Amino acid sequence: MSVESLFPLLEPLLPSVQKPIQYVGGELNSTVKDWDEATVRWALMYPDAYEVGLPNQGVQILYEILNELPETLAERTYAVWPDLEALMREHGVPQFTVDAHRPVRAFDVLGVSFSTELGYTNLLTALDLAGIPLVAADRGEDDPIVLAGGHAAFNPEPIADFLDAAVLGDGEQISIAISEVVREWKAEGRPGGRDELLMRLASTGGVYVPKFYDVEYHPDGRIKRVAPNRSGVPWRVQKHTVMDLDEWPYPKKPLVPLAETVHERFSVEIFRGCTRGCRFCQAGMITRPVRERSITTIGDMVEVGLKESGFNEVGLLSLSSADHSEIAEVAKGLADRYEGTNTGLSLPSTRVDAFNIDLANEFSRNGRRSGLTFAPEGGSERMRKVINKMVTEEDLIRTVTTAYSQGWRQVKLYFMCGLPTETDEDVLGIADLAKKVIKAGREATGSRDIRCTVSIGGFVPKPHTPFQWAAQCDHETVDNRLRKLRDALRSDKEYGKAIGYRYHDGQPSIVEGLLSRGDRRVGAVIRAVWEAGGRFDGWSEHFSFDRWMSGAERAFDGHPVDVAWYTTRERDEVEVLPWDHLDAGLDREWLWQDWQDAVTETEVEDCRWTPCYDCGVCPTMGTEIQIGPTGRKLLPLTVV
Amino acid sequence: MVQRLRVRYAKRGRLRFTSHRDISRAIERAVRRAGIPVGFSAGFTPHPKISYAGAAPTGVASEAEYLEIGVVTACEPDRLRAELDSSLPTGLDVLDVVEASGGSLADRLQGSVWDVRLPGADPAEARDAAERFMAAERVEVERLTKKGPRRFDAREAVIMLTAEDPDGTAARTAREGTEETADRDPGPPCAILRMVVRHVTPAVRPDDVLTGLRLVAAFAPPSPPTVTRLAQGPLDARTGATADPLDLDRDTRGGEPGPAVRHVGDHK
Ligand code: B12
Ligand code: SF4
Repeated sequence: MSVESLFPLLEPLLPSVQKPIQYVGGELNSTVKDWDEATVRWALMYPDAYEVGLPNQGVQILYEILNELPETLAERTYAVWPDLEALMREHGVPQFTVDAHRPVRAFDVLGVSFSTELGYTNLLTALDLAGIPLVAADRGEDDPIVLAGGHAAFNPEPIADFLDAAVLGDGEQISIAISEVVREWKAEGRPGGRDELLMRLASTGGVYVPKFYDVEYHPDGRIKRVAPNRSGVPWRVQKHTVMDLDEWPYPKKPLVPLAETVHERFSVEIFRGCTRGCRFCQAGMITRPVRERSITTIGDMVEVGLKESGFNEVGLLSLSSADHSEIAEVAKGLADRYEGTNTGLSLPSTRVDAFNIDLANEFSRNGRRSGLTFAPEGGSERMRKVINKMVTEEDLIRTVTTAYSQGWRQVKLYFMCGLPTETDEDVLGIADLAKKVIKAGREATGSRDIRCTVSIGGFVPKPHTPFQWAAQCDHETVDNRLRKLRDALRSDKEYGKAIGYRYHDGQPSIVEGLLSRGDRRVGAVIRAVWEAGGRFDGWSEHFSFDRWMSGAERAFDGHPVDVAWYTTRERDEVEVLPWDHLDAGLDREWLWQDWQDAVTETEVEDCRWTPCYDCGVCPTMGTEIQIGPTGRKLLPLTVV
Repeated sequence: MVQRLRVRYAKRGRLRFTSHRDISRAIERAVRRAGIPVGFSAGFTPHPKISYAGAAPTGVASEAEYLEIGVVTACEPDRLRAELDSSLPTGLDVLDVVEASGGSLADRLQGSVWDVRLPGADPAEARDAAERFMAAERVEVERLTKKGPRRFDAREAVIMLTAEDPDGTAARTAREGTEETADRDPGPPCAILRMVVRHVTPAVRPDDVLTGLRLVAAFAPPSPPTVTRLAQGPLDARTGATADPLDLDRDTRGGEPGPAVRHVGDHK
């Protein structure tokens, strides 16, 4: 059964929508395979606008890997903006892929990548436009398996009703394994239908199928237990970890869009994982242990990627890029190689130390020294101990002063508001810090032409972190502290003008908190909000706090829970958490101990350089830290 | 800058939905991939020396867009054409490259020939509307610009306006054409307008002429038009034809004449 392109139906709608180019595909390095020659067909979705979704590395990697398999085909689909959604409904055009404009419902697997929970309503729009029943239990033999991945999939419970399956962790190997299971099942003539396919996936131990687990609740609303409802599925589903990043040098051929996107550069992940142990950071906790890509693979990937794409900027990605054991050699090697070619290099710098400035200097060797970013995250020294972000005020001021005296004019400082145990004083400490930074900078440079921007957002406790038990700060308190901080910065005659202030309101964080630590009952809220028009919740112009609150009121009617119960309530050690049956490798007792250490302001070291502190990941997952140095250098390229 | 090259390229099929910014990004990247020795402006954020003349609006296809590239080592125009073309996505197709002889390319682009397909519209009604439009002295239209609504005359700049039958020549080539043209012609009835419009300020675009047709003859096509710029160049006001703007560069250098103006559907 061949599948027709929907483009002839879509094309007449495009002249009436904003930025039509985002819907036509045809990106450089995109792949259109023959439908009938493939037996396993994936539609990969990033549930946000094309301009955000296209550059996403996770989707690009899986797209390339799956298309390299002989019998597998992968295409991409993104959230359509409300203007096109309305026209598609009016003209009966279903959700389509941008590669060959095939209907999403015709695929075997719809793989959705969630880096943020705020994409959940967009999943529902896509399912609905595709003609796929929203609730997994209503789906039939012709519907794709809806599979979630990405960081938010470490607690997929709020969207469990809408998913057939979810995968935790790195997707490279498991997506190939899933393709193989689907291929075999189809080759055998689809024995046992959809249920057996899901059963085969679940029995591997690495694919979570929500409907094979029942959740029981206590009368007070807490979870009593989560247990498999049939034999052959594991009690706990494990995350996936790619151990050798040099074996998986993807993306090799980055997608180059015609449309403008948020990230116009070629990015290479230089390592995965992070063991610095910042207690608020879900990414750091769930991606352990650290696995470095070698300097030579990085060099090769940059060379091929630039040649294939024509991009003029390279980004070195990771959770803390300055921590790569050979970052100085990587920086110098790349800067040497591309000297005089108008190729920009960038490194999201967050670590607060002088070494980071040396690196930034190397990266900006041929360009302008515009701005540097540091993330102290907590305003006071006490706060930074609670979150295990080990930076002293002295360090910070010394680092920033060095930056100013080496020609950097603008320094951006990132903070969070509403952290556990936080008081007004901790947040007001940010104002003192910013003033000291400017004062020291002026003294060091003898110039008043330096600036510092304070950027601050609300903290959201995340699953699989030591703060998973913490009470989220209510939005009134957060907004109040943000206002006090603004006043403290603005009212300062001497330094106020040199300090910029950017902040995010507290309300969206409460919704993010509900979705992050929610359980299956939160699915009804998502659905109610979506039915009331909720779309693109990550965009302030589309987000509506009132819509979420009234949706929650309707959905929780008759249940002993409410939004506060999920967000601002502290959990105790024995409470069953909605994601306890999903295994990120972290030892629960270690996490609890780390939470207790947070409250008593006790820090932990990084296990890369100090002995293992038994977080549990390596023994549970059979992994180990993979770091250099390799001692190798990047040689000049023969052809540039 | 040792040499300046003038490039004619087409924007075809789905790629007509690219905006001018999209195209300039795509061209800059293609120039890098093709390893063309483009010059850069001085300063902190160096820009490649590529300049564009009168780009067709988003949603409008074109067989005749022009740009100029400054290079730091001399390039052979034909080779540059092939290399740039193969580095661009299909649909952004490089048709012709000549070495600039001097003068301003923009000044030579005095008018455009447009092909406007109106699926679902009656060809006889279109012909009647076109005649009434041409018979009018002035046709005031209003268009929403970034600075708000603006009124101007859409008639004077139009040198020629005819309506063709789908059985006419243009329609026949479209049917024999590629998949791209085939799917923009969903079958009868379909009216095809052909117009030659002088470049004036404010610009008179094919949609302004369509607005004019609605005003003078209540002619309102049922679905969005598919517009293609067929040619751009110096105008022969008497015959209403455009000449190839790159011929002047070729003449000065004594080269071969460029490809004749092609009709939609002739490519490939
Ligand atoms: C580049 C980047 C961005 C860019 C580009 C985003 C994009 N479109 O890709 C920009 C600047 C736009 C951005 C924005 C935001 N970001 Co960001 N971003 C990153 C960064 C630095 C790299 C992401 C990346 O490419 N990782 C590498 C890829 C390969 O990993 P991956 O996507 O997780 O994919 C792998 C697996 O998850 C899995 N997988 C993924 N999807 C699927 C799907 C299926 C079906 C399967 C089987 C597997 C699978 O397989 C992949 C390969 O192994 C990370 C930090 C980091 N190093 O991870 C932060 C990070 C992801 N961002 C983060 C945040 C919070 C945001 C924002 C919400 C910030 C904000 N408040 O606005 C926005 C959200 C934007 C949005 N709507 O999606 C957080 C996520 C928090 C968390 N959950 O822990 C991170 C982890 C940073 C941090 N330390 O806090 N971000
Ligand atoms: S198990 Fe030990 S070595 Fe491995 S990530 Fe955890 S603390 Fe580090």
